[in-house]
Amino acid sequence: MDWTALWLSLRLAAWTVAILLPVSIFMGRFLAYRDFRGKGLVEALVMLPLVLPPTVLGFYLLVSFGRNSPIGQWWQSVFGSQLVFSFEGLVVASVIFNLPFAIQPAQRGFEAIAVEVREAAQCCGMSPLASLWKVELPLAWPGVMTAMVLTFAHTLGEFGIVLMVGGSIPGETKTIAIAIYDRVQGFDNRGAAIMSATLVAISLFTITITYWLSARIGRRLS
Amino acid sequence: MALEVMARAKAPIPLDVAFRVEPGELLALVGHSGSGKTTLLRTIAGLWRPETARVSVEGKNWLDTAARIDLPTHRRRVGIVFQNYALFPHMTAAQNVMAAMDAQDRAEAERILDLVNLHGLADRKPAQLSGGQQQRVAVARALARQPQALLLDEPFSAVDRATREKLYGEIIDLRRHLAMPVVLVTHDVNEAQLLADHMVVIEKGQVVRTGTTAEVMADPDALRAMGIREVAAMLPAVVAEHFPDGLTRLDAATGPLFLAGVEGPPGTRLRVRIMAHEVILSRPRPEGLSAQNILAGTVAQIVEGKGPAVTVHVAIGDHELLARITRRAAEQMALQPGEKVHAILKSMSIARDHVARTYHEGNVG
Repeated sequence: MDWTALWLSLRLAAWTVAILLPVSIFMGRFLAYRDFRGKGLVEALVMLPLVLPPTVLGFYLLVSFGRNSPIGQWWQSVFGSQLVFSFEGLVVASVIFNLPFAIQPAQRGFEAIAVEVREAAQCCGMSPLASLWKVELPLAWPGVMTAMVLTFAHTLGEFGIVLMVGGSIPGETKTIAIAIYDRVQGFDNRGAAIMSATLVAISLFTITITYWLSARIGRRLS
Repeated sequence: MALEVMARAKAPIPLDVAFRVEPGELLALVGHSGSGKTTLLRTIAGLWRPETARVSVEGKNWLDTAARIDLPTHRRRVGIVFQNYALFPHMTAAQNVMAAMDAQDRAEAERILDLVNLHGLADRKPAQLSGGQQQRVAVARALARQPQALLLDEPFSAVDRATREKLYGEIIDLRRHLAMPVVLVTHDVNEAQLLADHMVVIEKGQVVRTGTTAEVMADPDALRAMGIREVAAMLPAVVAEHFPDGLTRLDAATGPLFLAGVEGPPGTRLRVRIMAHEVILSRPRPEGLSAQNILAGTVAQIVEGKGPAVTVHVAIGDHELLARITRRAAEQMALQPGEKVHAILKSMSIARDHVARTYHEGNVG
């Protein structure tokens, strides 16, 4: 069992969720409520990571994070380390390839709130922030929750992009999914089996907890 | 201080409307769906911004497109009851009411819920309440905002008829607590006549007629869009006696009226809506008729309209009944202002929901 890899995967997933939670809420809410020219294009861009092969996305991220790219150079000048083949680079890549999982369900959650309910919140004297906190988030919560669980689970399982952008540096970019691949390559089927089972257990646990919580929230609302 | 509204727009519908509502007054905006009445309500609340508009309350501008003043909705002290109530589904009745308060005050929320007859239901979620109860929560929530203008958007359209009649009574009772201007949007002329002091009839975004409810309801041309058969008079009356056969004698200024299905103990002050097309006129006092109500009066005026009918205003005591009869009949009877006439009214022609409690204390007239 490669505990370092598992811990790295969990850390990566946690960071991704932490960064994407506010993005999920504000982008999901924005796309749910607003109608604007080019909305279709924005939604398509958000969904793009879902349909692109991970290697394609990974390739573009690798190129744009590289030492000679503007992003890579900026990162180097601000943080003094390179973005590719680092944990930070992995987090950034993970945030990008999880955008569809983080935004779509949240958007559906906010779309399900009746316009009049939002208007009623305003008429009750709630500022946009108060309305979000007291009315919209409690109602859109199942959607936001689903978004975060999908993001978490998907980060644990992602392989292609992680390999392209992070390589396989133990303790830095070698996630559990890559560790499993390494074990299989090294004919350590027993090690691969244990790690795979652990991953299945963690994923199942996370999703079960979420559904249980969503059902509870659903009951609270009805 | 009054609520003053002026709105002009080209889209989504052409709109050109201005009206004023005094504090404590209930104004009904009456029109078909798509006439622009809800758009006006949304303009007052700040949920819609016409191209040119001015909304002022208590002398303070909420919206003035010319002066670029536009207070966001949450900074306008406005209470609104939406057609489908728009309650917060995750909150209890009390929490819904408290959500509209400046400082959360559970005792105050319960007091307001008591006011709308929801005693003991404070901890129910909207889904556990009936349609009528949800409407009451919505009214309570609107009042909890301590609004400078109370807006009611078709608040009775989503409940069944029996509940609606009850809610009419409750709104009328509630009015003694309402010091702010109240605007009711409705397509139901009966509802407007029972509840409103003043009416604005709107058609395709334009004002057809403005006036007191009695004036508007006596004007067939004003009501042409809503249905000319809506022309009706309101008669104040007091419950006098219930009979075992189900009839109730009301003492009206016009003499006793016998109606069916009237509730309330003797002494209850009511207003009865008498449809002009249900009233028959006769010069001599008729005998041997089944109609229980024969009221002697004087022709006050005869108003000719565009169609084959005329509206005869019959003065009975201090009040007027309206009768829609054909011009031919008026000519045959040689009706002239000042002449004696009898108005005949079938007890059964008065629908239950055309009888409402009166709001003005100690004022039968």
